[in-house]
Amino acid sequence: MSITITLIAQVLAFTILIWLVNKHLWGPLSAVLEARQKKIADGLAASEKGLQEQEMAEKRAEEVITEAKQKAAEIIAQAEARSSQVIEESKGKATEEADRIIAGAQAEIDQEVNRAKDGLRKQVSELAVAGASKIVGKEIDLSAHKKALKDLIAQI
Amino acid sequence: MSATEHSGGGGGTVAYIQHHLTNLHTGEGFWTFNWDSIIISLLLGAVIMWMASKVKANLESGTPGAFQNFVEMILEFVQTQVKDSFPGHNPLIAPLALTVFLWVWLMNFMDLIPVDLLPTLAAGVGIPYLKVVPTTDLNVPLAMALVVFVLSVYYNLKVKGPVGYLKMFLFHPFGKMAVPANIIMTMIEELAKPLSLGLRLFGNMFAGELVFLLIALLTLGATLSAGLLIWFPLQTVLDLAWLIFHILVITLQAFIFMVLTIVYLGMAHETDH
Repeated sequence: MSITITLIAQVLAFTILIWLVNKHLWGPLSAVLEARQKKIADGLAASEKGLQEQEMAEKRAEEVITEAKQKAAEIIAQAEARSSQVIEESKGKATEEADRIIAGAQAEIDQEVNRAKDGLRKQVSELAVAGASKIVGKEIDLSAHKKALKDLIAQI
Repeated sequence: MSATEHSGGGGGTVAYIQHHLTNLHTGEGFWTFNWDSIIISLLLGAVIMWMASKVKANLESGTPGAFQNFVEMILEFVQTQVKDSFPGHNPLIAPLALTVFLWVWLMNFMDLIPVDLLPTLAAGVGIPYLKVVPTTDLNVPLAMALVVFVLSVYYNLKVKGPVGYLKMFLFHPFGKMAVPANIIMTMIEELAKPLSLGLRLFGNMFAGELVFLLIALLTLGATLSAGLLIWFPLQTVLDLAWLIFHILVITLQAFIFMVLTIVYLGMAHETDH
């Protein structure tokens, strides 16, 4: 139990072992660990970035949707206005047309009525003459009673 | 050991213990080679390197297996210790600490192998002595402590500079008024570090080994008188208890050696004392 040359041998062995462990165990393994740490950190950063991007995309999509909704509402409002305008216009036109047709018809009716009236008057005067001649018993000279007949016709 | 030499009464037990505490050695005096310490520690170093090669072979695949996970766990544990107690950065410290931890643990682990197993097997093939726990040979812990000491002196000189290192001896711990006392105090302090580092490990492991031997002694004489076999249950219980406790001790000692190595080298890196 004393310090001997074994000590020197052990010093050598220890030194060599440190060198070997550094070269073959610590070196490669810590490099792998570091690489793995970096990989994980990168992955986490990438996922963080992805999340942010997704958030931004969601925001953007929302914006686009609201914009589209707004536009659609505008278009609908415009269309509604246009359609009511068209309806108003066509309503006006139809009324006008109807008035025109009615007026035309009225004029025709009036004409017909007058014509019928004239015809009737003539017939009435003839009937009256015929009736009177029968009553009187003789031919009534049309020309002699022209004035009286005319008055009659006018009276009817 | 000389105290127990040739003490007539318990000749059998003393001889047994002495036999167990004798290294397989050649040479005389300083030129004694303790072959069992050297060979077993080298074999355990080879175990570490085998572990390294096994991990390295699997390293390219990218998916760590159970074994690699285990080694990584140890490595990260050591790395945490270095980070916690070592100021600044030195790429040598962590591998050094890892080597210390693994090697010391494996050498201590030899203590958990039944005390008589390997020496008896060795005797079977004609090896007269075998002390299986290298850390119970004072040379082994002291050699490691010496390496740590040399490294700490080297880094002291490198980081503080020769003048800074000298100043530490001159003005620490009592200031400028007590230079001679400072020199003595710092000298003792600096020498006590590696000495206590080596002796702590040696003492713990030596004592642990001795307790295993004493427990083994309970039924040693069974071949002489069968009556000693009544101690067998007690021996089993004691051995198991000490074994379980020793799992803790060997790990703790390896850990302490590692942490102190880091701390001493950390102190060497401190520029402002």
